Amino acid sequence: MTIDLVLFFGLALISVVAAIAMIASRSAVYSALFLVLNFLTVATLYLLLNAAFIAVVQITVYAGAIMVLFLFVIMLLGTERESIGGGIRWQMPLAIVLGLALAGELAYVLLRTDIVQGPMADLSTEFGSPASIGRVLFSEYLVPFEVTSILLLVAMIGAIVITRKQRREGK
Amino acid sequence: MNIPPAYVLTLSGILFALGVIGVLIRRNAIVIFMSIELMLNSANLALIAFARTFAPAQEALRGHVFVFFVIAVAASEVAVGLALIVAIFRSKESIDVDEVSSLRG
Repeated sequence: MTIDLVLFFGLALISVVAAIAMIASRSAVYSALFLVLNFLTVATLYLLLNAAFIAVVQITVYAGAIMVLFLFVIMLLGTERESIGGGIRWQMPLAIVLGLALAGELAYVLLRTDIVQGPMADLSTEFGSPASIGRVLFSEYLVPFEVTSILLLVAMIGAIVITRKQRREGK
Repeated sequence: MNIPPAYVLTLSGILFALGVIGVLIRRNAIVIFMSIELMLNSANLALIAFARTFAPAQEALRGHVFVFFVIAVAASEVAVGLALIVAIFRSKESIDVDEVSSLRG
C-alpha cells in the first residue's frame, strides 16, 4: 500500500510538473518535450493500472508518432518563439483563476464520490493484456474498428488536400 | 497498484484543468493544440482508472477499447489540425491566434 502510494504520488508529481512546464515554457520545442515527459509518466501509470496494451499504444502513438508530427511542424514553420505581451491584459490571471477553480471542483467531486473510494481488486495479469483486448476489439467492436481505419484514411486525405490547395493559391 | 481510484481520477482532473489553462493563456496555435492533447490524455487516464475500478468484470475491458479509439481519433485530429496550422501559416506568416481573427483568407 505505502510503496504504491509513493510510486503514484511520484508519478503524479512528475506529470503535473511536466504539464505546468509545458504551459509555461516560452519555446514551443520545450513545450513539446515536456508533453512527451507527461505522456511517458501517464503511460507508466497505465502500466500500474493493469493496462499494458494501452501503455504501449500510448508510447508508440502519442509519445512517438504524434509528438514527432508536432516537432516536425514546429521546426518546419520556425515559430518556436512566441511574442510576449500584447493581447488582453487580464486574460492570463483570469484563465489561471478559472482553471484552478475547475481543478478544485473536479477534485472535490471526485474525492467525495463513494463509488471510487474503495481499494482496487486484485487482478490477474490477463486483464488488459493485448490478447484480451484483441478478443474484445475484433468480436464486439469490429465495426467501430473498421470505421476507425476509414477515419484515419479520411484524415490523411484531408491533411494532403488542405496543404495542397493552399500552395496552389499561393502561386 | 492498490490505491483508491479517486486519486487517479483527481490526477486526471488536475491534468485536464492544466490543459484548459494552457488553451486559455497561450497564443501559439501549436501549444494550444498540445494542451488539447493533454486534455484528451487526461480523459484517457480517467477511463483507464474506471476500467481498473470495475476490473474483474470482463465488461471493464471496454474502457481500454474506448481509450484505443480515442487515441486513434486523436491521431487523425492531429494530422488534420497540423495541416490547418500549416495552411494558416502560409497565408498569415504567423500562428499567433490573435493574428488570425480577421476571418479573411
